[in-house]
Amino acid sequence: MPRQTRLPPPGYVARRLGQSALVLWAAFTLAFAILYILPSDPVSIMLNQAEQSLADAAQVAALRAEYNLDQPLVVQYGIALWRALHLDLGRSIQTGQPVAALLAQAIPATATLAAAALALALVGGIGLALAGSLAQAGWLRAALLAAPALGVSLPTFWIGLLLLQALSFHFFLFPAMGNEGWQSLVLPALTLAVPTSAAIAQVLGRSLAAAWGQPFAEAIRAKGVSRPRLLLTHVLPNAAVPLLTMAGIITGNLLAGSVVTETVFSREGVGRLAQGAVAVKDIPVVQGVVLLAAASFVLVNLLVDLLYPLLDPRILQQRQAG
Amino acid sequence: MADPLTLAAIAAPRRPLPWLALASAALLALVLGWGLAPWLFTATDPLRGVPLQALQPPSAAHWFGTDHLGRDILARTIHGSATSLQATGLAVLVALLGGAPIGLLAGFFGGRLDAVLMRAVDVLMAIPSLLLSMAIVTVLGFGTVEIAVAVGLSAVAAFARLARGEALRWRHAVFVEAGLAAGVGIPATILRHVLPHAAGPVLALAALEFGSAVLAVSSLSFLGFGAPPPQPEWGLLIAEGRNYLAVAWWYTTLPGLVVLLVVLAANQLARHAQDRGQDRGGPR
Repeated sequence: MPRQTRLPPPGYVARRLGQSALVLWAAFTLAFAILYILPSDPVSIMLNQAEQSLADAAQVAALRAEYNLDQPLVVQYGIALWRALHLDLGRSIQTGQPVAALLAQAIPATATLAAAALALALVGGIGLALAGSLAQAGWLRAALLAAPALGVSLPTFWIGLLLLQALSFHFFLFPAMGNEGWQSLVLPALTLAVPTSAAIAQVLGRSLAAAWGQPFAEAIRAKGVSRPRLLLTHVLPNAAVPLLTMAGIITGNLLAGSVVTETVFSREGVGRLAQGAVAVKDIPVVQGVVLLAAASFVLVNLLVDLLYPLLDPRILQQRQAG
Repeated sequence: MADPLTLAAIAAPRRPLPWLALASAALLALVLGWGLAPWLFTATDPLRGVPLQALQPPSAAHWFGTDHLGRDILARTIHGSATSLQATGLAVLVALLGGAPIGLLAGFFGGRLDAVLMRAVDVLMAIPSLLLSMAIVTVLGFGTVEIAVAVGLSAVAAFARLARGEALRWRHAVFVEAGLAAGVGIPATILRHVLPHAAGPVLALAALEFGSAVLAVSSLSFLGFGAPPPQPEWGLLIAEGRNYLAVAWWYTTLPGLVVLLVVLAANQLARHAQDRGQDRGGPR
């Protein structure tokens, strides 16, 4: 079977780019709708929370003017969208700093955490699924196949607290909080990796089971190839494709998980920023984090969709036919 | 006239006794009992602290130990289940009632309505549900009901998507087409002929969502957006124990274990329901 890699056609790329932009625009609109249209008055929410309930009328009017809340909704929306297109997401109510700068400041710490957690989760999740797929003994197989279900049922904050308790306060192996050095990364990454690896193991386990049953697996097995070798060279590559569809969801979950993880371990980052912003109702910052999440989801999905045809030529053929 | 469902049940091979599902149901029933009648399970006041007995490890008198004010943690967990379960139930209800009608209409009518509704669902799916519910909580305000509604709204998309798939599947079944041709009205067709078939998988998703909602509600209240402090609530209970990790392992560990077991049991039951639903097959 000659294996040729073909680049996706330009039309496909353009269409996917357009779709991505559309989803981003819609996510912006949704965030705007939730945060600025649903409540009767964002200014009073923000002022109440900022403990400035004694704010005088002039202050309220100034705030209103700053956020263009004295304009009709359509104009507000237009201004906000125009600014967002220029990466201007407004200013934080609490600190007055530009939201884009706050996000840019927080992203590296969270990206490091998410990357470390993803690496751990890939190793753990794929390992678990492969072991479950190979295990012969009934009880071992049952335990390995049940582990992911346990993993997705664990409250993330609880895993973090247990790890803190055991490894920081009992054995003093790792620092309990902060961003200093690699030691401070271990426990948060581990915490964040548990639910992610469980999700990976669940999906991969299912597609491995499906791939084992396909005719090609039996044919190769009949030729005398050992089970582990068959698994690694033929079954896994076939079963790994559905894992890629999850990439966007995994990215989103890592970002959402960072809210809880960073709070538990008192780490700086996007999650902590989001938690703090919701606590004081700093609407522009909340909106910024939501947009960041949507943008990373869209971007990862776009990348996956563009890579897909390179990895599995069948997909492009199906899409063109369909 | 034989009901095709019972025929399928007879034809299906006998399953081993689903002891895992039974155990899960028993556990959920117990926790539901805690929520409905906490006084049957504990005589201790969850709000009354005995300062002399602060931070006692688990013992015969205090199975889960005591907290920093000398309150019984088991009593607080039992009394907290009412708040946590109500919030979870409300969240699932909001998701179900918000999502299922959207999906049913989109799947039944198809065309432009379907396209618009499903693009909206795609957008909702692009935002992680925890962040979406945090954004909604920012607007609604803090409190148990508020986080329940937020968690429910952030799960609407999943229900809409599933219900749409089910509606699409049954929309062109022979009996639906025949009914429409015979002059049965569209609302009656949806309610009487499509909904009953779509209900099974949608309710199975609701069961699955129950587990995720327990997690989401407790996460949000752990983050400090839920019920205010003296009230016992699972997420809050665990958050309060955060400051005593070094000296009182039981404070966060045991209530967290209860949350884990409830989520596990709900997921187990949901999977059981889904497996049974699959045996029934598609349109005939």
